[in-house]
Amino acid sequence: MTVATGRLRVEQIMGTAIGIDLRDDLVPDAAVDAAFAWLRRADARFSTYKPDSEVSRLGRGELTLDACSLELRQVLALAEQLRFDSRGHFDVYRHRTDGGLDPSGVVKGWAVEEAAWILDEAGARNYAINAGGDVLLRGEPEPGEPWRVGIRHPLQADAVARVLELRGGAVATSGAYERGEHITSPLTASAPQDWLSLTVVGPSLTYADAYATAAFAMGSAGLGWVATHPGYRAYGITADEVRWIEG
Amino acid sequence: MPRRGAITAFLTAVGVVLLINFKTPSQQGLAAFSRQTVTGTQSTNGSAAPSASGQPSASSQPAATSQPTAAATPGTQTITGPAISYFFGTAQVQITLQNGQITDVTALQLPNEGQSAWISQQVEPMLRSEVLSAQSAQINLISGATYTSEAYRESLQAALDKARA
Repeated sequence: MTVATGRLRVEQIMGTAIGIDLRDDLVPDAAVDAAFAWLRRADARFSTYKPDSEVSRLGRGELTLDACSLELRQVLALAEQLRFDSRGHFDVYRHRTDGGLDPSGVVKGWAVEEAAWILDEAGARNYAINAGGDVLLRGEPEPGEPWRVGIRHPLQADAVARVLELRGGAVATSGAYERGEHITSPLTASAPQDWLSLTVVGPSLTYADAYATAAFAMGSAGLGWVATHPGYRAYGITADEVRWIEG
Repeated sequence: MPRRGAITAFLTAVGVVLLINFKTPSQQGLAAFSRQTVTGTQSTNGSAAPSASGQPSASSQPAATSQPTAAATPGTQTITGPAISYFFGTAQVQITLQNGQITDVTALQLPNEGQSAWISQQVEPMLRSEVLSAQSAQINLISGATYTSEAYRESLQAALDKARA
């Protein structure tokens, strides 16, 4: 059988499966190699599960902030900006029950976007990266066709609640099914009840991911908050309906 | 933009995380990779990285063997993926294609000890129907799914890579 195109590679990184689906035939595999190599490096540096990672050492106080890499300081600055913007609903220090530093909520999106830049610089124009259900898109899967992104049904793992057609940007979803009590409101310290899942679509995966996390924790106010950010829109799924607000 | 009319058509398109467009002569998409949550026994970072055995990633070196079935009609092809081992056990799948369309997916091996056996009983029909239905759904990716049956996926992916070669 002769098949024209579509190259998919999947690797286990950052505790999840990351897939790169490159549709540009002329872009060499080395570009995908480089993108995965970068993701592995980012994982080694930012993992909270690796005791010798830079994040773990910073969390234990073995490193001062000044001694941290530029990348880690960038990530922490981004996290601080998001904490301020979300009025504390996105907080890399309060995400964990023990209050320890866990920048995972911003690292994954950021690292995947950096990986996308590597592909861009290699000439890639049409590809998708799926990092554990958070999706970054460029171009089209086939000429004239949009990427079709299903949003997982929050109650049925085997169903899709909605399909978005996109030619770029990012889609991130936070769901109660996924992280359970991990997402808590800093104001009530309890899991929010409003959303079974909340999906954010926008230009940047880093922000879409963080907005989804924060808006989920905000409860019913979350959709409107996402829409205050130009270019971002949110879809919330409750037990009764799919609601969405476009920004 | 969402298309309301499309929703119902996809309610049966199951937890596909990343679906490659498997370019068959009929240009059908094909579910090639997803991670299917089964019991919630694996959660987030760390524990959900069962690649400790150093298995190659799905597409790296597929050891799939292609063996056109003897009694099959013309255009029918049976491809066996490699056995992929995880700490849960070993998974191996076989796909049957007819004129480039997946017509059947069977698990030759799934974990069969203790809890893994229970998982296997639940997951196999689900994954199987997922692959079969998603190829017509033409969804490229799914947002919001964090799943665990990588072994099944990797074996399936390798079989698909072989089919595309």
